[in-house]
Amino acid sequence: MQIVFILSMAVIATGMYACISSRNIIKIIIGLGIANYGVNLFLVQLGYKAGAIAPIFTHAQSLPMVLPTPQALTLTNIVISFATTALMLSVSLFIHKKTGSLDIKEVGGLKE
Amino acid sequence: MKLRYFLPCLLIFAFLFLSAHNIRDFGSPTHSEMDTYFLRNAQEQTGANNVVSAVLFDYRGLDTLGEATVLFTAISGVLIISKTILEDDNVDVKNC
Amino acid sequence: MSKIVRTIADLFFPFVIVFGLYIVFHGHLTPGGGFQGGAVMASGFAMYAISRRIEHKALSKNIFSIIESLSLLMFAGFAAAGLMRSFFYNFLANSGLLFGETVLFGSNAGVLNTGGVIPFMNIAVAMEVASAFAIVVSCFILISIYKVDK
Repeated sequence: MQIVFILSMAVIATGMYACISSRNIIKIIIGLGIANYGVNLFLVQLGYKAGAIAPIFTHAQSLPMVLPTPQALTLTNIVISFATTALMLSVSLFIHKKTGSLDIKEVGGLKE
Repeated sequence: MKLRYFLPCLLIFAFLFLSAHNIRDFGSPTHSEMDTYFLRNAQEQTGANNVVSAVLFDYRGLDTLGEATVLFTAISGVLIISKTILEDDNVDVKNC
Repeated sequence: MSKIVRTIADLFFPFVIVFGLYIVFHGHLTPGGGFQGGAVMASGFAMYAISRRIEHKALSKNIFSIIESLSLLMFAGFAAAGLMRSFFYNFLANSGLLFGETVLFGSNAGVLNTGGVIPFMNIAVAMEVASAFAIVVSCFILISIYKVDK
């Protein structure tokens, strides 16, 4: 049953490929977002227990529960990824205003 | 799909594949004292039925405080950059 | 947006806000919490702002920045209020005061009056996340409005 871990790793690798292969800044940000989703998926899968229920005691059946700590870390990661994505998008707006282009080959200043 | 972009990505995926293949089985996490402690004691120590909330705001509250600080800083950066962009266009940003 | 979108957005806005408040206030009993409820409320704000975009109106950013700073201070204040024992000590749990009812181990029906400081921190985080999302949406809408004008 290792295929689930390997699939989330494939999502991370897809995001990294999108990061390094494209020149458009918006596509790089999208690639970082895809890698982020892979990391979230992997964190949730780490805490899964077969046949278990969510760690909430309201009207719960008497079954084992999944681990709560990876879910809390995933929640933190989602909000931080939102904040960094918003900051990256506004910086890309600024770059587009200053240079009139979103291609990282034409922007310059990063070449030296 | 250029080869010089695809090969480093394949190398990264090989490392990730090996680490994911050698990890424990899916659906049977190893014995974790911390999570067992949370599940057993969260209700009487914090009074919350939702253990994820108890972990977020009580046991690991410093994580959430740092996350809130990161969010605050990033939003401050967004505000400053958008104000700069709008002021370059001679937009009155006082009342918006 | 057109008149149909504006009318439907005005109709659905209070329901979205009330649903977000429900998720926030039951955060210690049911799935959900501060982040999720804040995101739901922020989607309501975003719907309102996008439907009013044609009238060159965006959400007021100043009030949301004030709310965000105050909610971060409130979060840190509730964390520091437990300093008689330790940082982030849950001093209201099992005390019999507000949100201080004792809960027994195991499955139960869920009483709203439990949780100690967790509901207060849920409210603080919800206000922070909702205002942060609303600030981002209003910033981008303002920039897009004046780009279109030029």
